[in-house]
Order: sequence, then structure tokens, then C-alpha cells
Amino acid sequence: MAIVYQKPKALTDATMHYCPGCTHGIIHKLVAEALTELNVEDHAVGVCPVGCSVMAYNYFTCDMVEAPHGRAPAVATGLKRAIPSNVVFTYQGDGDLAAIGTAETVHSATRGENITIIFVNNAIYGMTGGQMAPTTLPGQVTQTTPYGRDTNTAGYPVRVCEMLSTLDGVAYATRVSVDSVPNIKKAKEAIKKAFQTQIEGKGFSIVEVLSACPTNWGLTPVEALQWLRDNMMPYYPLGVYKDKTAEGVKHHD
Amino acid sequence: MKGNEALAEAAIRAGCRHFFGYPITPQTEVSAYMSKKMPKIGGTFLQAESELAAINMVLGAASAGVRAMTSSSSPGISLKSEGISYIAGSDLPCLILNVMRGGPGLGGIQPSQADYWQATHAMGHGDLHVLAFAPSTVQEMVDTVMTAFDLADKYRMPAMILADGLLGQMMEPVSFPEVEPHPIEKPWAACGHGGKRPHNIINSLYLQPEELEQKVRERFERYELVKANEAREEEYLTDDAEIVVVAYGATARIAKSAINAARAEGIKAGLIRPITVWPFPQKGIEKACQNPSVQKFLAVEMSMGQMVDDVRLVVNGRKPVDFYGRTGGIIPSPAEILAKIKSMGGAQ
Repeated sequence: MAIVYQKPKALTDATMHYCPGCTHGIIHKLVAEALTELNVEDHAVGVCPVGCSVMAYNYFTCDMVEAPHGRAPAVATGLKRAIPSNVVFTYQGDGDLAAIGTAETVHSATRGENITIIFVNNAIYGMTGGQMAPTTLPGQVTQTTPYGRDTNTAGYPVRVCEMLSTLDGVAYATRVSVDSVPNIKKAKEAIKKAFQTQIEGKGFSIVEVLSACPTNWGLTPVEALQWLRDNMMPYYPLGVYKDKTAEGVKHHD
Repeated sequence: MKGNEALAEAAIRAGCRHFFGYPITPQTEVSAYMSKKMPKIGGTFLQAESELAAINMVLGAASAGVRAMTSSSSPGISLKSEGISYIAGSDLPCLILNVMRGGPGLGGIQPSQADYWQATHAMGHGDLHVLAFAPSTVQEMVDTVMTAFDLADKYRMPAMILADGLLGQMMEPVSFPEVEPHPIEKPWAACGHGGKRPHNIINSLYLQPEELEQKVRERFERYELVKANEAREEEYLTDDAEIVVVAYGATARIAKSAINAARAEGIKAGLIRPITVWPFPQKGIEKACQNPSVQKFLAVEMSMGQMVDDVRLVVNGRKPVDFYGRTGGIIPSPAEILAKIKSMGGAQ
């Protein structure tokens, strides 16, 4: 019988710990497919964040490093500078990347660090039980915004791709979603392109993936995907925010 | 050569090609030297956005298996303590330089030894130690760098050189030993498996308490080996001493002058100088406890008294232990220390 579909080789056989309806599994699969198809898994090194995907090191077959909360881009910088021929990526959530790790994110981007960041934005802190994240929407109810996020006291969500696209060191910044099959296919292409950007030495690449957290949003998996479409997509428009790859921009030595 | 620059050159000669720093006085010359040299030898000098980022870049480079280091001074070391804990918890080798200045808080920028407790007892959250060296001359700083990298690799733990603003800024003649670095195999490194082995995971997270306890116990078995084999100290005129001064780093040099002055006045004083402060060397103090001529110990530090705790632990009540210290960036003078020795009844 012909094999028409199989688990990407860059994923281990470990059973994932994610909640039902969580989209981390899909995003892991897309990253693994990209590593496999680009034939770089054997010299790839992934960096895990602190958050729901803290144990992603069990799921990817490439070498993996677990970083302190928010520091993944700094750890990735060290890994990449030590062995520039390796393909180095971080996999981070919104609290990790856009709150505690803001400095590391912005500065690895502005240095044009030749790494790839997979940024999973689900507008909430998942691992700790659903607190307000830097990307929590105005009015959104979380454990620490029980009356809805009040922008007068809790400020506004951070639009990461828009912010980073102003920095000269960023080669590729794009926002995708995994709410539907067509969008999952686009997300896959974006992740592949981000890795390709790094392989070609063009500098910092980031793929922001709008993601669902049914457990902490208090919705069913199907409702969660609809909530993502109705609420997150208008605030966080999908699209390419920066693409220097076509211009043949060279990364610094 | 200036202490900070000599130390940077020694690190390069020890095979370090990856330096990640953040500006802070009084260690600035280390970064400046690295920024000048590293690009010429294919190495990495990176000025990070913060101490947090710098130590985590070290974590990343060390994970890849290369010799990596960072340098800072007291307030910056506090910021690095998060990363140092993760490095220790991930069994990674690296070198951290602390050119100590006065504290707490922003403190001052003059020399101090007030980070002793931090370096030896609390260099981050959790059960952990770092190898901590306390050289007392620029030459000894140079010689310590290679040893620190080698032992960090051997025991898979972070090593720290605990200098102070005096040593860092001091200019002394120095010679660099013609020794090639001898890096060891690091089969645990996250350097890409190349299809030749299962994936390596560098990690400090163990959610099962039994597993975490086991990991920590294994690490502490290694610490016991370090304590048994790597404690270093120097003794000076202790055989017939009645008063034994215990001092490390730049303070030990000043104490030596005071001891010479005391001897000139007929007071039998001697010195025990810990070269490693973790592990804290016990043999010299133990010997002095059993030496009938020794009447008293005197710990001298540029702090309110931190190492003196370790001295008292070893002495364990067998003989009196006194303390003299200056803090806030003030360097004790030989005359002050001599006066203290005399006040202890050493003039008879």
C-alpha cells in the first residue's frame, strides 16, 4: 500500500501533553515537516521556552535546549554564534516572547541574529492557568482580568510582527494562523520560508502563529477556532510584515 | 599589563572564542579587550542588551560545546544569577568573571569582597555550587583562567573568578605560559546530532520530584569530588605563627605586608590564603588548629565579614576567630591590619 501521509521524521514518538483542541500539536508538526523537508534536522538545534511548550524538547528529534523564561533568543544567539552552520530556532509563547523576553526578542531581531523564531500567540498564559498575556485582547476575560482587560489600567496588546518589522535586522516577519486547513497550509509555507531565510544567511526571521487555547479560553475546540477568527484576526491581521529575502540582503559577518 | 586585560588575553589563550558581555565598571577593560581581539581570531565578541541576555548567550554557546565566558561586576552578577542557576542545573561548563565592587544595590565602584556569600553559598536559586577562584595577583589571575576552564569542563559546572576592582585595575608584569588549551570531548552537547546519535537535550526541568532529587544528588556527588580534589590554598609563615590571618584575593597581599611588618616587630603572625573559595580549603586551617603555637585566627576581608563564617566552620570553636574588615570600597591598609594584630595580644 502506498504511503500518502505520515508523521514527519523530525517528530519523536512521544505522546504530547497538550490539551484537547490545543493547536501546539499542529504547529509542532509544521515545524517538524519544515525541518524534514529542508533536510536540516540533523544539524538543527531547537530552544524551548517556559510555558506550555516547555517540554517541546521531548517532541523534536533534533538537539534541544531548554531556556530560562523569555531568554530563548539569547540562548539561540549563543548556539548560533558557536556553530553558525547549524539551523537554530526558538519556539516561544506570547508571555515568554512579548513580556518577560521582550528585550531578548527585540535585540536579537535588531542584531539581525540569523535565527528563526516560531512565536505562538494564543492571547493568554496557558501553563499557569490562564492569566492576562501581553497579547490578551482589550476586554478579554482571563484569570487576572476577571472584568475583561481594561486598557486604562492594563494597557494594550502588543502587535509583535508590526513592532519588529520596523527593525533593520529583521529579514522576514509574518503572521499566520492555524484555524483552518488553508491557513495551516499557508503557515507551513511561512515556517519553511523562515528556515530558508536562515539557511541562506539573510538574518532574523519570525513566524507569528495565531493559536487557540480552548482550555483557558473556556471554549470547545471548535468554538475556540471561531473565537480566534472573530476576535484575534481583526486585532492581529494575517500577512507578511517584512520580507527582505527577495532583495538579496546579506547578513552581517 | 592591566589585570582585566591580562585576564581577557588568558581566556583567549585558554581557547575561549565566545565572549558575551554588558558594560559595567570596574570590569570594562575585559569587554574592550575582547572586542578588539575576537574579530581578528575568528571569535565572537557580543555586547548583549543586558546581563540576563549575556549569561543566556553563554548558556547557549556552552550548550553547543564551546568554551564561553562572560564578565561583570557585582550588580551585574546578581542579574546573571538566574542564568547561572540554569547553567548549573543543566550541567554546563562556562567561565564567569566577577570584578567585585561595593554593594548592596548600586553600591559604589571601588574594590570590594562583599559578594563572597553570593559566590560561595547563593549563586542562584536551588541546590548548586560554582567553582570559585580568588586569585591575588594579576599573574595568578592569568594562571587561573586555564585551570578554571579545564575544571569547569571536567566537572560540568560553571566556574567563577572572584576578583575585585583592585586586581582588575592593577597593572603588573605578567607572563603567559606556553600551554595549549586541551578541550575535552563533550558528547552531551547540543551541536546537531548529524544523524549519528539520538538527540541531546540540555535541560534543568524535572517535574517528578524523585527524578529531580536524583539529578541533584548526582551533581552533589560531583561536588564532593571537587571538594576532595580541587581546594587550593597558600600558606605563609604559619609553622611557628601565633596569630594566623586568613585572607583571600587582593586583601591577602595587604595582609602579607602587615604580617611582614608584625614579624619585624617580633610578632609571630602567618597567613592562610584560600585560592579557591568554593571549595573552601580546610587543610591549612585544620593544621593550624592542631598547631600548639597558634593562639588565634584573624579573618580580614573587604566586607563586613563573610568568609569568616567559613573559617569559623572549620575552626569549630577550637580557637578564637577574630575579624577585621573595611567595606563600601575602602581598602584596608597594612597599618590597620597590623594594629588589629597587635590588639589581639600578639605584641608579647
